[in-house]
Amino acid sequence: MWLTQPFNERSTQLFIGVLLAAMTLVTLLHVVVPAGHPLHVNAYTVNLFGKYLSYALLAVAVDLVWGYLGILSLGHGAFFAIGGYAMGMYLMRQIGDRGTYGDPVLPDFMVFLSWESLPWYWLGFDMAWFGFLMVLLAPGALALVFGFLAFRSRVTGVYLSIITQALTFALMLAFYRNEMGFGGSDGLTDFRDILGFNLRSNETRLGLFLASGVALGASYLLCRAIVGSKLGRVCVATRDAEARTRFLGYRVERFQLFVFVVSAMLAGLAGALYVPQVGIINPSEFSPLFSIEIVLWVALGGRATLYGAVIGAILVNYAKTVFTGVMPDAWLFALGGMFVLVTVFLPKGVAGLLAYRFKRRRDESDAAPGQEVTP
Amino acid sequence: MRSLLLLWLLVLLVVPLTAHAQPSADDEAAIELLEALDVDSFPAKGEAIDAIVASDDERARGWLQALLDGRLQRADDGRFVIVLDNSGRDWPVEDALSGEDLGEMSRRDLDRIGINNALRNQLRSVIAVVDLYSPNVDQRRTSAERLLGEVDEDLAGPIEALIEEEEDARVRQRLTLALAIHRLEQGDIQAVEHLDGSLHSSARIALNRATSSDDEALAQAATAALANIEQNLRLNRAAETLYFGLSMGSVLVLAAIGLAITFGVMGVINMAHGELIMLGAYTTWMMQQLLPGQPGLALILAIPAGFMVAALAGIAIERSVIQFLKGRPLETLLATFGVSLILQQLVRTGISPLNRTVVTPEWMSGSVAINDALSLTLNRMYVLGFALVVFAALMLVMRRTRLGLEVRAVTQNRAMARSMGIRATRVDILTFGLGSGVAGLAGVALSQLTNVGPNLGQNYIIDSFMVVVFGGVGNLWGTLVAGLSLGVINQVLEPWAGAVLAKIIVLVFIILFIQKRPRGLFPQKGRAAEG
Repeated sequence: MWLTQPFNERSTQLFIGVLLAAMTLVTLLHVVVPAGHPLHVNAYTVNLFGKYLSYALLAVAVDLVWGYLGILSLGHGAFFAIGGYAMGMYLMRQIGDRGTYGDPVLPDFMVFLSWESLPWYWLGFDMAWFGFLMVLLAPGALALVFGFLAFRSRVTGVYLSIITQALTFALMLAFYRNEMGFGGSDGLTDFRDILGFNLRSNETRLGLFLASGVALGASYLLCRAIVGSKLGRVCVATRDAEARTRFLGYRVERFQLFVFVVSAMLAGLAGALYVPQVGIINPSEFSPLFSIEIVLWVALGGRATLYGAVIGAILVNYAKTVFTGVMPDAWLFALGGMFVLVTVFLPKGVAGLLAYRFKRRRDESDAAPGQEVTP
Repeated sequence: MRSLLLLWLLVLLVVPLTAHAQPSADDEAAIELLEALDVDSFPAKGEAIDAIVASDDERARGWLQALLDGRLQRADDGRFVIVLDNSGRDWPVEDALSGEDLGEMSRRDLDRIGINNALRNQLRSVIAVVDLYSPNVDQRRTSAERLLGEVDEDLAGPIEALIEEEEDARVRQRLTLALAIHRLEQGDIQAVEHLDGSLHSSARIALNRATSSDDEALAQAATAALANIEQNLRLNRAAETLYFGLSMGSVLVLAAIGLAITFGVMGVINMAHGELIMLGAYTTWMMQQLLPGQPGLALILAIPAGFMVAALAGIAIERSVIQFLKGRPLETLLATFGVSLILQQLVRTGISPLNRTVVTPEWMSGSVAINDALSLTLNRMYVLGFALVVFAALMLVMRRTRLGLEVRAVTQNRAMARSMGIRATRVDILTFGLGSGVAGLAGVALSQLTNVGPNLGQNYIIDSFMVVVFGGVGNLWGTLVAGLSLGVINQVLEPWAGAVLAKIIVLVFIILFIQKRPRGLFPQKGRAAEG
């Protein structure tokens, strides 16, 4: 079975092992260790970790297309946000008549805009299964249409990057409009519960954290499986020599489209996990800056490794949490500096650094004493 | 020599004093005119007002206005004064004859020259006309402008006489229009002919009223004239949209043309291009801070200064980052994006996160009125002209200079160019500096149209890339056509879609367009297209 194939790789075993260990550790420290104990992990931190995990999932999605397909998407924030909006719409409908205006069907902002009834695209989101399905299908559909047009006409490289950026920019402008029916600049917020669980309770937060972890692990396995399969080989070939792959008889655009859509769906899933944990989704997630920041996570962690993307996402976001708390002004300096330093000095990212270290140690132990080690 | 100078000073001092002390013959006549106002009979006052109007005295308008407002008063000592502000307890006054400031006077020492409603009406119409006799053309123009739709039976006669004498065509045209509107209100069908084709709103209002007239022939004529005017107005509106579109397009061209060189010709993705524009705009602001009170001079000096600042910043970016990433466009994109973040934050912490105001010099503000429905703002016209000049200059540099030749040689075949003795690294630096400098120029121009803030560049970077890609990478003409046409398309869409939706539609249009023609409007052909 191709899905279990990745377990033969050492890096995957290691990754899944570390992920499971971290999830167990956080859960134990949160539940078993009593509050007030220095090792206790409070609900806020659990929530923060959950957020990091959903970002990590997003980074994996970007790494899948950038690392293995050579498509630098500067618009993955759009898929993330659309998934988030789909989840947000479901959560909005769950509020029911508990909103400020007490309307049983219409969300508060629609009552505020004095809309008479739900727009057609809001129908069905009162059902959990439909909402969760849309989390995958909506970004997938956008990626399918966009990718179909782009890959068919062989738009690649920088051009593709620029139009993906334009795509997310256009969507951001669109979602800022009140007429769109997605809450305008305020977005969707004031969520109450998910699947009947209160979003503000500690248990739900832990549950969402674990769900993010499971989703990350599963998506990682899926991506590894794709990358390790024959299809993955074609993708890498496309990345390295697109024209040559095409001449060998492969319909390159189909492979590109398939992987692009899978990646968009994973980004949507990440968005859907992110929204209930932060309690809001608004158009700023569509901003080109966010999308390009995701790319930095991947670049910092190490492109085309998948686990590198996870490392990068967690590192950068941890740094962001620290910086914005201590020196909010300095964050953009740090972020900008990272972009420059990583691309100029660390083209393979942290993962590349780690691999180089391990390799060197092995080389050193293998090499005869006195012999020069060439890196 | 010294005594001569002293004598001269003495003369200078004495002449105005004597002139002041003895009322001239003019002033005596004026006092007589004003004395005639200070009588009890209102009809007599009415005659006095007519006498003032007929007097040709330059001060007449001020007196009449003051009389209308109840500010023409007589002090205890018999002098006529004009109260400047009658809100407080003591009123600041000036002499009605000499205009000399007399300080403040108590209201008890002053005696108001009263008027009734009939006089008030007379004054109003008289004041409207009195400026028409003024020797100053501008005053006649504003006065004639005010008369539109205000002409009544009493004024019709004098205006008709004035039209004969008037020398200024514009004043004459206005007066004719004002008279025609009056005639139309009287039910004169001939007047419709005069109004037909006029774009002024008061003419349209009068015609509109005439369409519901009882006189059927008149109503029909008015309807026809209105339809004519509507058609004309639509044309003018289209012209205005085109102008705004071209203006917006020129901004896009300015923002994108530097990118067309660094991205289009050199193939370097510089995401910090927007921030170079921002630097140019801030240079303008800085120059105006250095030269307070001379915004025009500062703006002109900002053109070379903005170019240099942005060019040096661009070269610094090229040397410190981009040269290490040669042949890795996606990495270049990321690194320069990082640079853009740093530059933004630098301005935010170094200067201010708030917007700065750049003053528009006098010769750039205001607008040129083409006709009654169409006036073009000057600053946009200057920016449009500036964009074209910059474009022409760049074309010259690329086509006619040694540098341009070397740039094209290096981009087409680097190795071959080098073996022909061209120093490729130097060309890289110069080209990048040129493209960046042009971004600085864009910033100088933009500072006249939008707010100067740390986010200025960010707002233009996506648009700029769109313009370059839409026009066809590596083609300066394509950038010009793409920028101008995108600006016009945006303006055409705006009225019925709204600004934001128009922008979205344009973006989606470009995204779809690139799918259809990945190499833009004017794709490069031949050898340059490879790679």
